[in-house]
Amino acid sequence: MSAKDTFIKPLVSENPVTLHVLGICSALAITNSLTSSLIMSVSLTSVLVITNIAISLIRKHLPSSVRLIVQITIIASAVAVIDQVLTAYLPDAAKTLSVYVALIVTNCIVLGRAEACAMKCGVGTSILDALGNGLGYSIILIVVSVIRELFGNGSLMGYKILELVQDGGLYQPNAMLMLPPSAFFIIGFLVWVIRSWKPEQNENADFKPTPLPDREKR
Amino acid sequence: MGAFFDVFFRAVFLENLALAYFLGMCTFLAVSKQVKTTVGLGVAVIVVETISVPLNNLIYNFVLREGALAWANLGHMDFSFLGLLSQIAVIAAMIQILEMVLNRFFPALYNTLGIFLPLLTVNCAILGASLFMVQRDLAFIESVAFGFGAGVGWALAIVMLAGLREKMKYSDVPAGLEGLGITFITTGLISLAFMGIAGLSF
Repeated sequence: MSAKDTFIKPLVSENPVTLHVLGICSALAITNSLTSSLIMSVSLTSVLVITNIAISLIRKHLPSSVRLIVQITIIASAVAVIDQVLTAYLPDAAKTLSVYVALIVTNCIVLGRAEACAMKCGVGTSILDALGNGLGYSIILIVVSVIRELFGNGSLMGYKILELVQDGGLYQPNAMLMLPPSAFFIIGFLVWVIRSWKPEQNENADFKPTPLPDREKR
Repeated sequence: MGAFFDVFFRAVFLENLALAYFLGMCTFLAVSKQVKTTVGLGVAVIVVETISVPLNNLIYNFVLREGALAWANLGHMDFSFLGLLSQIAVIAAMIQILEMVLNRFFPALYNTLGIFLPLLTVNCAILGASLFMVQRDLAFIESVAFGFGAGVGWALAIVMLAGLREKMKYSDVPAGLEGLGITFITTGLISLAFMGIAGLSF
């Protein structure tokens, strides 16, 4: 795979969230405001780049029997650093994101890329792969949070875009978009849109319903 | 005893890890095709949560938190930044030990749970429960209730979803929405129903 493909493919056609169903937890939980999604995207991408570089550098010295525990330790250290940085410089954001930054440790995208790419390729490819997957994840987070914050609260990153009815404006906010279940619906429909555009991602159904008999022939 | 049940019911229904905090979603969506498999997975999650949350509680309260090392004359030390590393290490080690013990003494149970145990090391529901325990500053007995309740709530949610998916495979879903898409929307509807219980806060 060329360097360009390594970077471009994870953006839509092999998106880690909508095709591989990885890293869903945070994609659902923190998307009710654009600010927190942006912070989360940056944190995840940095963790992904740091761990991919570290693992790719030591890949030839790593016995396969202990590789998982080494990978998890590297990931946990990188996440602990990011967590401390956020608590120090963006304390409010760190409070809103609460445990979800720490949960990047168990975000399957990070471990998945370490296993699938960093263990096999050189440092350059690993960095590109990490950036591509990080951006693929960020795109989904940003799309979902723009829909949720704009239509649920009439604002983007805290700035008023649509004037709400209770403030004398015209927009009646859809309160359901602020509740957790709406994230499921939005990602579900997003998967639908992507799969209509790229039908090769469709899963085969376990059962096909028998077609109804033709009216003419009956 | 009242506090125990309060924490337990809160963890099962009001603050369900899967449906209110979206933890363990990767496994939740990927392994929920058959009720039979999800029951095995659910039991494994309950066992691991009930052991790992109280264990992490003890380690946090007696070693890591600020002033916790007063018994060793190190009262001024604050190791809470190591919390994340120690929790993930405790969970990984505990799952490994549990696997070996089950394999040696309860082979039948090992055959049912065995395949799921290694998977649970990287399940965010397990780590998430420990992190919430630290964040909410639970006492030891509350942490037992919280761990057990969180496990039961997660297991309940995944068994419910699998029941629905077993019925749903016979229905005619629009192309493109099959599989992942419709599973997301179903989970959303279950989650919406669980939000109704939140009105009954007790």
